[in-house]
Amino acid sequence: MQTDYIYPRFEVERKESRCSNCGLCINECSCGVHYRSKDGKYLLSDDSKCVNCQRCVATCPTHALKIVKSNCDFRENSNWTSDSIREIIKQASSGGVLLSSMGNPQPFPVYWDKLLINASQVTNPPIDPLREPMETRVFLGRKPSEIRRNQHGQLICDLPPRLTLELPVMFSAMSYGSISYNAHAALAAAAAELGTYYNTGEGGLHENFYRFGNNTVVQVASGRFGVHKDYLEAGAAIEIKMGQGAKPGIGGHLPGSKIVGDVSRTRMIPEGSDAISPAPHHDIYSIEDLRQLVFSLKEATEYKKPVIVKIAAVHNVAAIASGIARSGADIIAIDGFRGGTGAAPTRIRDNVGIPVELALAAVDTRLRDEGIRNNVSLVVGGSIRNSTDVIKAIALGADACYIATAALIAMGCHMCRNCQSGKCNWGIATQNPQLVKRLDPEEGCRRLVNLMTAWKHEIMEIMGGMGINSVESLRGNRLMLRGIGLSSKELDVLGVMHAGE
Amino acid sequence: MIILNARATDNAALNESVRAAKDDCEIVGCIGERFIGAGLSSRTIRIKGIPGNALGAYLNGAKIFVDGNAQDAVGDTMNAGEITINGNAGDAAGYAMRGGKIYIKGNAGYRAGIHMKEYAGKSPVIVIGGRCGSFLGEYQAGGLIIVLGLNDDGKRIVGNFPCAGMHGGRVLLRGDAKDVVFPDKVTSARATADDLAAATAYIKEFCAYFGIDENFVLDCPYTLITPDSANPYKRMYVEN
Repeated sequence: MQTDYIYPRFEVERKESRCSNCGLCINECSCGVHYRSKDGKYLLSDDSKCVNCQRCVATCPTHALKIVKSNCDFRENSNWTSDSIREIIKQASSGGVLLSSMGNPQPFPVYWDKLLINASQVTNPPIDPLREPMETRVFLGRKPSEIRRNQHGQLICDLPPRLTLELPVMFSAMSYGSISYNAHAALAAAAAELGTYYNTGEGGLHENFYRFGNNTVVQVASGRFGVHKDYLEAGAAIEIKMGQGAKPGIGGHLPGSKIVGDVSRTRMIPEGSDAISPAPHHDIYSIEDLRQLVFSLKEATEYKKPVIVKIAAVHNVAAIASGIARSGADIIAIDGFRGGTGAAPTRIRDNVGIPVELALAAVDTRLRDEGIRNNVSLVVGGSIRNSTDVIKAIALGADACYIATAALIAMGCHMCRNCQSGKCNWGIATQNPQLVKRLDPEEGCRRLVNLMTAWKHEIMEIMGGMGINSVESLRGNRLMLRGIGLSSKELDVLGVMHAGE
Repeated sequence: MIILNARATDNAALNESVRAAKDDCEIVGCIGERFIGAGLSSRTIRIKGIPGNALGAYLNGAKIFVDGNAQDAVGDTMNAGEITINGNAGDAAGYAMRGGKIYIKGNAGYRAGIHMKEYAGKSPVIVIGGRCGSFLGEYQAGGLIIVLGLNDDGKRIVGNFPCAGMHGGRVLLRGDAKDVVFPDKVTSARATADDLAAATAYIKEFCAYFGIDENFVLDCPYTLITPDSANPYKRMYVEN
């Protein structure tokens, strides 16, 4: 129907003067944008299929290609934006639930960008991290509340199980199935090299990656895919996924078309069958029930591994976290509404949940007020974009951060946000063997290590500037932060003063 | 056989004793101790009394016999092995199990067999002698659930919304299930001889274990419920 025709969002511009007519762009584009004219003479493009992933731009040997945003748009206004009109047309023609990828793109405030970091002047002088010791190692897990000695006065050192991170950043959960084998290989190798952890997500652990177990967090979600004794024992910690920032309150659904080969084997479900993760864990209706799952996992692994409970940042997050801190969990992971996803209903991604900055501040305050902050460590994720986001998160009260989108970008993701299609031209969010090959795990690992090494240097430098020589001393040190352009209510929730105060 | 007295110890210590025991165990005086046999790969555990929640969670090959009722989440995410309950079981029995067998002589609570799966050579089986609560086999993705309805109290064999979201596996109900309402994405039909052939061995084993007349149980029509599609939500979304 004519009303359903929408002019393409992106247009391919081919500079004829540079194009050598080699046709590489045809092979590189899994979306089928580029093709040859019937007589074979010319390269043409079907702009309607372009998702602006920049693959052809980056691989064109003569740099003859450019993708531009189309300027043919609806007569939009501030209320009826182009997107809102386009979405109605899509739903009117299909009757479908809108499905998107990656985190909340709406123009809600990014509080990281409204927080400023302190530096020392005159008193409490800055520290030079290039020449003086600077500790970025952190330990995640329950902290003992007292020092215990035996009858001879010697320290009793049987501490609860914990994770040791050489820098306060881990790679967040992305399942095998939603991302490729090579992406997992790169994340696992990078975590091992960096002395941190990556997270299997809820799709099980491929047998080839068991050797990275000491740097692996294994996830248990409501679908329990690939969860069995060996899997639980393989990881350094077990994460119970209660929620995800991109889609709080709903489950997951990996379509049968992505359950192929090794993905099927790793998830332990037949090829082609949908992998449905129910919205709730059907054995958890209360904090007491959560405690039961926490302890059943601890029993199955003989109390040797810390248990993480991951929740989405929602309105009552502080009360929920208070419950989790009493459930026997060792670590709480909070995922903000900008956290990525391979697929989420658009409406939920864009409207449900709260910014992780506010959630973190509220949770840390609540746990301190109740005197149970040391029962758990806090890990936050949901669009941590750079080293200063990490610094600000720690100063607000986090023990460490989870990154996933940033890690994907390091591996080659160009944020076209079309993961749900399974056609990722960068070999990340796809199970097509031809596309997966495009991501070299060694190269991916090297780039992840580069990114984290750079962040670590920056973290040390900024901490040095504040006159702080360990991440542990920065944690919850909100005096190191000032808000800019925030209301008094926002400052109140964040627990920071305004710049100039 | 090692005898362990549940009353003399707490949850964690009891389970530690079970793990440490190199032989089969008998646990006596059990009153609600949780997580018994979690992740256990071999050996046999006999339980006198009533074990608590998450009995045999992640069970990996061991056999558990309960001389009494069991509570919630029996065999949660079980991979292999056997759990036999000479009584009733609570809610969510066999949640996400992918292998092994659970035999419950009496009734099961809500959400029995929820999200059961099967994979390659593994295909789990639950047999329930009595009736079960609502949401039987919700999200079922594989395996076989048999409900025999051997009670004579006149109550319906399953509660409401059985097989909601089912996308794999089979549910077999003894009787014609005429009073049961199924969702529209599954098909229920009288089981054929072929359908029953795969289940008969389990029913006979169940009857033999609990001393029930197998001819009485088998001499009856059965209703088989199967999903219409392994991809029930395929056409629900539009890419944005």
